[in-house]
Amino acid sequence: MNLTLRIWRQNGPDAKGRLVAYRVTDVSPDMSFLEVLDMLNERLTMEGAEPVAFDHDCREGICGACGVVINGVAHGPEKATTTCQLHMRHFRDGDTIDVEPWRARAFPVVKDLVVDRGALDRVIEAGGYVSAPTGSAPDAHALPVPKADADAAFEAATCIGCGACVAACPNGSAMLFTAAKVTHLGRLPQGQPERQSRVLDMVAAHDDAGFGGCTNTGECTAVCPKGIPLETIGQLNRDYLQASRRPARSRS
Amino acid sequence: MLFDVGAPIADRKAPGGPIETRWDRRRFEARLVNPANRRRLTVIVVGTGLAGASAAATLGEAGYRVRSYCYQDSPRRAHSIAAQGGINAAKNYRNDGDSVHRLFYDTVKGGDFRSRESNVHRLAQVSVEIIDQCVAQGVPFAREYGGLLDNRSFGGAQVSRTFYARGQTGQQLLLGAYQALERQVAAGTVTMHARHEMLDLIVVDGRARGIVVRDLVTGEVTTELADAVVLATGGYGNVFFLSTNAKGCNVTATWRAHRRGALFANPCFTQIHPTCIPQSGPHQSKLTLMSESLRNDGRVWVPLRAGDDRAPGDIPEAERDYYLERMYPAFGNLVPRDIASRAAKNVCDEGRGIGDGVYLDFADAIVRLGRAAVEERYGNLFEMYQRITGEDPYEVPMRIYPAVHYTMGGLWVDYDLQSTIRGLFVIGEANFSDHGANRLGASALMQGLADGYFVLPNTINDYLADGPFPTVDPTNAEVVDALASVTERIERLLALKGDRTVDSFHRELGRIMWDHCGMERTDDGLRKAIGEIRSLREEFWARVRVPGDGVSLNQALERAGRVADFFELAELMCVDALHRTESCGGHFRAESQTPDGEALRDDGHFSYVAAWEWTGDVPVLHREDLEFEYVTPSQRSYK
Amino acid sequence: MESSGPSVGDVVTVSAVRSTVGQKTLMAVSGILLVLFLVAHMIGNLKVFVGAGSFDHYAHWLRAIGAPLLPHSGYLWIQRAVLTAALVAHVWAATALALRARAARPVGYAHRRPVQGSYAARTMRWGGVIILLFAIYHVLDLTTGHLNPVGDRAHPYGNVVADFAPERWYVTLFYTLAVLAVGFHLRHGLFSAVRTLGQRTAAGEQRARLVALLASVGLCAGYLSVPFAVMVGLVG
Ligand SMILES: Cc1cc2nc3c(=O)[nH]c(=O)nc-3n(C[C@H](O)[C@H](O)[C@H](O)COP(=O)(O)OP(=O)(O)OC[C@H]3O[C@@H](n4cnc5c(N)ncnc54)[C@H](O)[C@@H]3O)c2cc1C
Ligand code: HEM
Ligand code: SF4
Ligand code: FES
Repeated sequence: MNLTLRIWRQNGPDAKGRLVAYRVTDVSPDMSFLEVLDMLNERLTMEGAEPVAFDHDCREGICGACGVVINGVAHGPEKATTTCQLHMRHFRDGDTIDVEPWRARAFPVVKDLVVDRGALDRVIEAGGYVSAPTGSAPDAHALPVPKADADAAFEAATCIGCGACVAACPNGSAMLFTAAKVTHLGRLPQGQPERQSRVLDMVAAHDDAGFGGCTNTGECTAVCPKGIPLETIGQLNRDYLQASRRPARSRS
Repeated sequence: MLFDVGAPIADRKAPGGPIETRWDRRRFEARLVNPANRRRLTVIVVGTGLAGASAAATLGEAGYRVRSYCYQDSPRRAHSIAAQGGINAAKNYRNDGDSVHRLFYDTVKGGDFRSRESNVHRLAQVSVEIIDQCVAQGVPFAREYGGLLDNRSFGGAQVSRTFYARGQTGQQLLLGAYQALERQVAAGTVTMHARHEMLDLIVVDGRARGIVVRDLVTGEVTTELADAVVLATGGYGNVFFLSTNAKGCNVTATWRAHRRGALFANPCFTQIHPTCIPQSGPHQSKLTLMSESLRNDGRVWVPLRAGDDRAPGDIPEAERDYYLERMYPAFGNLVPRDIASRAAKNVCDEGRGIGDGVYLDFADAIVRLGRAAVEERYGNLFEMYQRITGEDPYEVPMRIYPAVHYTMGGLWVDYDLQSTIRGLFVIGEANFSDHGANRLGASALMQGLADGYFVLPNTINDYLADGPFPTVDPTNAEVVDALASVTERIERLLALKGDRTVDSFHRELGRIMWDHCGMERTDDGLRKAIGEIRSLREEFWARVRVPGDGVSLNQALERAGRVADFFELAELMCVDALHRTESCGGHFRAESQTPDGEALRDDGHFSYVAAWEWTGDVPVLHREDLEFEYVTPSQRSYK
Repeated sequence: MESSGPSVGDVVTVSAVRSTVGQKTLMAVSGILLVLFLVAHMIGNLKVFVGAGSFDHYAHWLRAIGAPLLPHSGYLWIQRAVLTAALVAHVWAATALALRARAARPVGYAHRRPVQGSYAARTMRWGGVIILLFAIYHVLDLTTGHLNPVGDRAHPYGNVVADFAPERWYVTLFYTLAVLAVGFHLRHGLFSAVRTLGQRTAAGEQRARLVALLASVGLCAGYLSVPFAVMVGLVG
């Protein structure tokens, strides 16, 4: 196949960026989207141009490093698929494909398609954990977990922190990401002692990072490669309301 | 002469006495550090995989000042995230006869008697605590209806000791460790430096005192000083270019430490996993692992006749060769990884492969169990396969082929996980590890977390008890020299402006390694490989083209540095493989096989760890003899 | 923070309303108050079909609620106060969140994103503005009478009939648009409010979405029936 890629090129965080069109020829339908970028980069290097910077690592859809907006859709047209797992058989010969970085104030562009998602780490840092210092744990079977809770927690825990939810959200909100962690830990007995402070502190960190507020539009779930359900946000809201009604438990 | 032989080495930290008591003894004998002093001690931890994240979090909890580094944009993305199958622990929750001793025994045997008994026993002991720790952190392991943890048997083990979290155990365990790490970041004990790559080790007066890092965003190269350095930088499978490792996995950190004096042990011990999705074309950038569990119900076959290019469905039963079932009637499709991999290679070499692969067929299982049951067991794996290949495994048999997966070799460490450089500790896949010549499935995660949560935080105290060490002046000659050598190398790479890309060299290097230092190794092949690697390395340093500059994000430059180190490692791997004229575990020397083609170990000559010293000229071999008091070496048989 | 500043409880309440989740909650609660009013208001409106007497009587009764405990129109003033407060809170929170959302994405996408979620959800803000403009007009028209062709506050039936006379089709059109905007707004808004207040199961979500759909259709039908009845002469 032959394609035209219009790729966002931006030299650095403060530089001005623009879409630049590149023709790529001899694309095999078995290639992954990132392999097309690899191929383009090989060519650009030989032509003396700068290759396109993009984040990636596992190329298996699990590390959450990759992610670009393809024709306006975060991670591209395939449902529940990361960019690295998107294959060219889903495009047609002659297509023009627009490739842009995640866009959010909390995710400043580092270069080309690479953005800084450190804000997501700061949301976790604010309370996305169970305080269980090494060595302090009771036997793993001391606390059985009903399967329904275990399954619900697991489903939420599958979030890979890619940030596609933010990229897709019309409000630039990271609520799905935040809610996934709140739900994962909140559904487990281990997460109960810190349940209230966790949700208050994580939402505060979320807001501080400059993400927008959620309005339940569901654009996030639609692009989420792990299909994190919108219900997790309901869980977050519920926990948040409960936590705010009681005397403060926020630690910060 | 390809190498010299030096004085033997020994692990002086391992206590004697009954094996069950050794870890307790060591913990008791190791000196402690007063809590008030810990605040004055800085520890650098490079790497945030299972080993690094758990170590950094635990050291932070203990009160040390920790500086943590990783090359990804977030510590949560370390390669450990990709592990699928599970983690072993001798909990014996199934009451099926498992015990610490059995896990110990299985691991030593599985490693084909090339690991240390003391270390492996400690690993088995600690395994139990790992599960407790992870559950307390909220790691969502699979559970049964009664609310208790589920277990499965993995990689042909006869007991069910593998804990798992659907097909993403690595991700869940890593998130647990990452969250513990972030908790310490919030507490101020750990400072996190993502998108920083370690490019050299700083050794002052014989002690590891810091690292040289490059900020991958700004390109700034700085020296970071500390009282001790911990490397948790993972394995080097990417020397083969195509592997199941994440694209960024590299040997740079450990290789630079090696060049500064740390011995590198058993570099040729690599594990090749039998069930990966075959390469689909020359554009292939990495290989994807399909869980080993598929071999529980799938049947492996190739056409009987070479060059048979009919569609699989058109090949009648009688003209198919279910070669694993034929050759290993007792274990059939469930033979260990190395055996399954080599068998696949052999049938493909005979020209009976399907492109680059063999069939893994579920047709029988679908008839026997029904489609629904197959879907229930493997649905997500089938989906993954279909997403990548565009083929539906319910209709057409899967195609699989072996791929490089794990490296047992790594920096040599003693019982305390300290390398031959004082103050340099190495944990996780980066050390030469407890897996001998072959790692059992679900044991790498166990080892990474054992090292990071429980072993290192205890043993490092003994070293730090001597600290704080005298402050290192940034103008100290060793520091300045390390910094200068890093910047010079970067400048040199950028200045070459040649006519070949970094990837083209990496691919070619990978091909040489795969052909000659892969599943089957021969004297001839290895010698040829060494020659080819040397000339390709020379060509690299003359013709590579690294675009861009050194003062901003430059991914080609990052790769160039890594590939440059892979060249040097590749040569040592071949030398190691060449000198070890026996077959053992993942290392198969064609010259050393039984009459029916199985690996033939040579305990008389090779019951040792090969620890290599860098000299700048030919490497020097130091042998650490292995003694077996509790498990008697025996020949494996899966017939 | 616990050791300094206001008491612990205050910190949370203040920060809760400042947080995006708190603002959403405010919007949900105020929105639901407004919906309850819309329902009551619609039932009242439908009295038009019973006849002028009934309709006017209803309007007078409204002013008499609570008598003699409350002064004349007392209840109505309380309701107006509550509704105004709700509307102000609602619009304030909506504006705050909208401004935040704009700030959260300073550089937009060059390739416009095809909607993946629902259209109703994506039109809440503009829809809200239409509703607000209409509400202002509506009050000036039928409550105060300033913009009504008749403006006889004692006989609202006549005002209504005059409003939707066929030659004043543009009024009817505006009204219709506004009612449809409310329908759209509530189709997402009702579900959203329930979610905001903590609804968290997939089955519950389906139910909430269905209720939201039925309620919006019901409200639209109820409100639109009046002007169309007037227009075609069914009521007059
Ligand atoms: C596909 C796949 C599936 C697997 N499944 C299983 C399984 O089911 N069970 C099992 O037990 N094992 C499994 N393994 C093996 C296991 O995942 C790894 O051995 C283990 O996770 C290694 O962990 P680690 O902490 O040592 O290193 P890694 O997780 O590789 O982490 C390395 C860290 O070092 C950092 N780093 C590296 N170089 C530098 C540098 N120069 N400067 C700065 N930072 C650096 C990286 O950023 C990263 O944070 C699997 C492996 C693969 C590839
Ligand atoms: C008849 C009057 C109104 C009613 C009954 C109403 C009802 C609601 C309800 C129930 C919600 C859901 C709250 C939530 O998201 O949790 C909502 C949301 C919203 N309303 Fe209103 N509203 C009305 C008027 C307005 C006005 C006048 C505006 C703006 C000027 C407005 C703007 C919004 C916005 C922006 C949202 C949030 C959008 C979202 O959640 O996606 N509304 N409304
Ligand atoms: S919720 Fe989904 S889209 Fe958002 S970060 Fe997690 S995996 Fe990515
Ligand atoms: S590269 Fe890891 S998820 Fe895509």
